[in-house]
Amino acid sequence: MASLFQRRRSKATQVERVRERRHEGFLRYAGFRWAKISGGLCLLIIVSYALIDVTPRHNGGSWYGYTLGTIGAALILWLTALGYRKRKMTRDHWSLKAWTSAHVYLGLSLIIIGTWHTGFQLGWNVHTLAWALMMLVILSGLYGVIVYATLPQALSNNREQMTQMQMLEAIRAFDRQLHSAAQPLTPEDTAPVLAALDEDPFAGGIAARLSGRYPNCATAAAYRALSASRSSDAEARTKVVGLLSQKEAALARLREHLRIRALLEIWLYVHVPLTFALIAALSAHIVSVFFYW
Amino acid sequence: MSEAVKVAIIGSGPAGLSAASRAGQLGMSHILLEKTDHLSDTIFKYQKGKRVLATPERLDLRSDCRFAEGAREYILGNWDEDAANNKVQVAYHAEVAEVSGEKGAFAIKTTKGDVYTAENIVLAIGTQGNPNRMRCEGADLPHIIYQVDDPEDFKDRHITVVGSGDAGIENALGVAEEALENTVTILNRSKDFARAKAKNVADMMEAGENGLMSIRTETQPKKVEPGFLTLETPDGDETIPCDVIVARLGSVAPRGFVESMGIEFTGPDREAFPKLSPIFESTVPGIFVIGALAGYPLIKHCMNQGYDVVEFINGNSDLTPADEKDLAAIFEGLPKKKSVSEWLEYLRTRVSIFADVSPLQMREFMLDSKVAFYRKGDVVFEKGEPGSSLFAIADGFVEVEVGPGVIVPIEQGSIFGEVGLISGRKRGATIRAGADGIFVEVSRTAALKLMASVPGAKRAINRISLERQLLQIFKGGLTVDDLGPVVDTAEVERVPAGKIVLTEGEQGDDVYVIRSGSMVVEKDIGGKPIFLRYLPAGSFFGEMGVLSGAPRNATVKAAVGAELIKLTGESFRKMLAARPQVREATEAAVAERAQMNSFIESRKASYSSAVDLYSDTASFIMKEGLGEATDALLIDENLCVGCDNCEKACADSHEGLSRLDREAGKTFAHLHVPTSCRHCEHPHCMADCPPNVIHRGPDGEVFMEPGCIGCGNCMRNCPYGVIRMEAAPPQKPSLLRWLLTGFGPGPGEPSPKWTKKQLGDEKPKKIAVKCDMCKGIAGGPACVRACPTGAAIRVSPEEFLSIARLDEDTD
Ligand SMILES: Cc1cc2nc3c(=O)[nH]c(=O)nc-3n(C[C@H](O)[C@H](O)[C@H](O)COP(=O)(O)OP(=O)(O)OC[C@H]3O[C@@H](n4cnc5c(N)ncnc54)[C@H](O)[C@@H]3O)c2cc1C
Ligand code: HEM
Ligand code: SF4
Ligand code: SF4
Ligand code: SF4
Repeated sequence: MASLFQRRRSKATQVERVRERRHEGFLRYAGFRWAKISGGLCLLIIVSYALIDVTPRHNGGSWYGYTLGTIGAALILWLTALGYRKRKMTRDHWSLKAWTSAHVYLGLSLIIIGTWHTGFQLGWNVHTLAWALMMLVILSGLYGVIVYATLPQALSNNREQMTQMQMLEAIRAFDRQLHSAAQPLTPEDTAPVLAALDEDPFAGGIAARLSGRYPNCATAAAYRALSASRSSDAEARTKVVGLLSQKEAALARLREHLRIRALLEIWLYVHVPLTFALIAALSAHIVSVFFYW
Repeated sequence: MSEAVKVAIIGSGPAGLSAASRAGQLGMSHILLEKTDHLSDTIFKYQKGKRVLATPERLDLRSDCRFAEGAREYILGNWDEDAANNKVQVAYHAEVAEVSGEKGAFAIKTTKGDVYTAENIVLAIGTQGNPNRMRCEGADLPHIIYQVDDPEDFKDRHITVVGSGDAGIENALGVAEEALENTVTILNRSKDFARAKAKNVADMMEAGENGLMSIRTETQPKKVEPGFLTLETPDGDETIPCDVIVARLGSVAPRGFVESMGIEFTGPDREAFPKLSPIFESTVPGIFVIGALAGYPLIKHCMNQGYDVVEFINGNSDLTPADEKDLAAIFEGLPKKKSVSEWLEYLRTRVSIFADVSPLQMREFMLDSKVAFYRKGDVVFEKGEPGSSLFAIADGFVEVEVGPGVIVPIEQGSIFGEVGLISGRKRGATIRAGADGIFVEVSRTAALKLMASVPGAKRAINRISLERQLLQIFKGGLTVDDLGPVVDTAEVERVPAGKIVLTEGEQGDDVYVIRSGSMVVEKDIGGKPIFLRYLPAGSFFGEMGVLSGAPRNATVKAAVGAELIKLTGESFRKMLAARPQVREATEAAVAERAQMNSFIESRKASYSSAVDLYSDTASFIMKEGLGEATDALLIDENLCVGCDNCEKACADSHEGLSRLDREAGKTFAHLHVPTSCRHCEHPHCMADCPPNVIHRGPDGEVFMEPGCIGCGNCMRNCPYGVIRMEAAPPQKPSLLRWLLTGFGPGPGEPSPKWTKKQLGDEKPKKIAVKCDMCKGIAGGPACVRACPTGAAIRVSPEEFLSIARLDEDTD
């Protein structure tokens, strides 16, 4: 009876701390708090850039440029820390949604911070490489936000309460039925069915996965072949053709599921490696700046 | 007829075996009667290799047989040796069918017709009962089995499962596992599967659709032959190949058999036990009842009782019970010094609901309770706290803060906290000690057991709870005396989920108070029932009828199985007439509700689709059983990117096992109810936990304290399929190491493959694992904290369906 008998309890219970009455996405988090903060920051930079007179002209090496550069570099490191935060389940109170919200809006503000930091002096050098990588990371992040905002609905609609395991199981069930239904077929008709049975639903490579197009699909081929064939007993063939079309539908659902999931993840394979490239370039940029000082 | 023995022990489970061993050691003439061909059938039937646990740890074992945590085979092996060493006389295949005679000369007749005579009987037959047998032609053939020990024993066979309750379905699913290549058929006598859990039925249907088994409804076995089974189907008889028949037709509880000996039970409920004296003697002198049948399901208790009961029969009256030191610890902190039995007597005579409790029951139930001394002014509990225990005032009195500044006393001898116990909801008022005093806190399980076994206690608790509930609803303004006539005419009604209690447009003036469960209120707007409101336990409805005499203006139906208290309109009206303030309060409540109704109607006119969506979502949520939830995880699939970070976070904050299955579960309008505990108001999982380790914590969470014995009862009892039996995986390498070197399985629950590789041949024990709402984690539920997009939230149904939500949606 561990807690049953504690005499006094703290009033603000831990569960209440994460309580929300309704769903609120990361973009709208706390009434667009981070959008406002980030927007304000950008405005501040744009206005102060115009007002502050730096001689001979704005550049990364002025005191103003250093300030923006330091903020920008610190921000990049903090943005990178999201990858750690996401996976480190410490027991204190934090919300990954709040982190993502801040990540997205502060990440976008880097467009202003970084670009204004350069004083618009871009060229073919390591400094500009860092800037370019940063812009690419931001661009990929932007793509991420767009898919996060649009694809979940499609994922939900497509799966119709089925889990990925159940989709696989459904395909296996059709395979089993096909296996017995194909027994009476002629060898000529059996071959494409056997090929369809051998098909690995996950095969097809990255292009097929992302496009959802499987031109070499053995099930579709078997369906075409048997629909056209006249060789086996008609009744048995009709049954197999019916099963093949059902299996095709099940495969289509699974493939659509995998396609959407891939689209939701693939950009992270750009976003994260580019982040590390960025950090490398950024280090080179900082070292070279101090070296040539 | 054999020679008379001093004691005959029926049943060779841990209780009976320990009793017979003591008799053997004492040199007392005895016979141990066992219906099967081995000792201890219940444990014999545990899954192979199951780890048997020796809880409660603090209790000392007092027996001539050995027992400590270990594998089933090891324990049974020890007992066989112990039985021989203690010179136990066993008669196998001796199923007792009838007992006659009286103390000194009982005649015990077995199904085979043998008769044993004994001066005393120790009844230790457990609670498993007898499985119902098949009755058709050929029902005695050996390939009919009544349980499946290990599905792997069956490969490439034609198996027919008869009976489609949970046990049958689970067995069928087990043997239908694809790799075993069995041909499985399951038979159901009726059209639907009303007796089984929804989850099991769904799994079975799925297996059926996937061709793993064939499901035959309205079909029963007609004739069994070796290799074949003839079925009686709606389209006539049909013979199918069949090598094994698994019959799961339920079992007959042993109660009827026990009562046939003249032994009385404490009450008619399923939870009742035989009435016993402190030395385990039943209402028939000379027949003693011990073990699970007496209400003690743990093996250690059973064994201790076996020892004790034979000592008692042998005339040893000084034996102190094995639990004496635990009880002494419970009373230790109190200011007065008394012996354990003095304390028990003190409580029994000073608290009215304990008056009819026997000394044996008193001991048992104090072990699950706590007594504490409170100073004047100490807060016992605060309004809004979750809590389901019951308090009794042994000394002093308490003050209840009914409303702001309104204090009502509760006097010595009475109880408080009963609302939490009965409705499962949070505490309704703050309670302080009015003077220095001693209060007993009885855990929910112990209180339910008390109510089931002592009818007087049940009546008292029910009446007090109704009075208090009414006082609570009508805040002040009323006294217990005013309520007398209302309470006297009140009736308790049980309604199943979905049943309509009030129908819109019908005449009626009865008022209902929801004692437990919850209701939904719907109104027909534009030809479609529109959800108006969710009424949790503790609320009332039907009052508009009494006040206005108009027909019911909405339909009220049960969201989940519920208990209602029906007050007659007549008595309610009289009470209102006598107390104008109460009339005013009621009218105010009515006006507020009417306003909300018209609000929804007006919204419906202008924002029809938003209101429809709100209403349909509410119906979906109720259908998913969230009407009995206190806190559930809901995922918005407009936001969920399927990253499963919620599951990973859960696993990483809890011994590496996830307590939720994000993808599984139902979805409506992109609102997804994943498979995860809802922390029910009256948790079904608590119903039958032998070591009693499932509790409700201070945040309202239903959790398991250490001590789970892995019996799987909770998993079977949870209607939502959220409990799994799993062993914690070994420690993973640290996160940083994984991030930097890729070493280890990474965040989240490691794959079974990785775990298996780490463990090698070691088989750790599987225990029940379920969501504990991240109890003790200061930051709160990890699943919610770790969702990057805000898709996962935890809500109570009331919050989620509040009218404010609709307001925002239609703005
Ligand atoms: C799956 C499972 C796992 C469990 N795990 C644990 C655990 O790990 N630790 C723990 O402490 N408890 C555990 N329990 C509970 C425990 O096994 C039982 O409560 C305990 O065995 C009860 O002992 P008993 O002696 O009262 O009766 P039982 O063990 O049920 O023995 C009754 C005996 O009487 C015989 N019998 C019945 N009727 C007659 C008759 N008419 N004539 C003659 N003989 C008859 C039966 O064949 C049986 O051998 C578990 C229970 C289950 C179901
Ligand atoms: C230079 C700036 C940025 C850096 C260094 C950075 C870095 C990162 C890193 C390291 C992650 C963790 C990925 C993982 O471990 O799964 C991440 C995730 C993410 N980033 Fe960025 N990012 C930057 C800018 C942006 C911008 C501008 C956006 C959006 C407009 C964005 C959107 C996201 C999103 C949506 C995620 C996924 C969150 C999740 O699913 O947990 N990022 N980013
Ligand atoms: S963490 Fe959130 S977004 Fe990710 S799977 Fe869970 S609910 Fe969906
Ligand atoms: S485990 Fe099941 S029965 Fe128990 S509280 Fe959770 S949902 Fe309810
Ligand atoms: S509340 Fe905690 S224990 Fe429950 S599912 Fe969420 S993370 Fe797991």
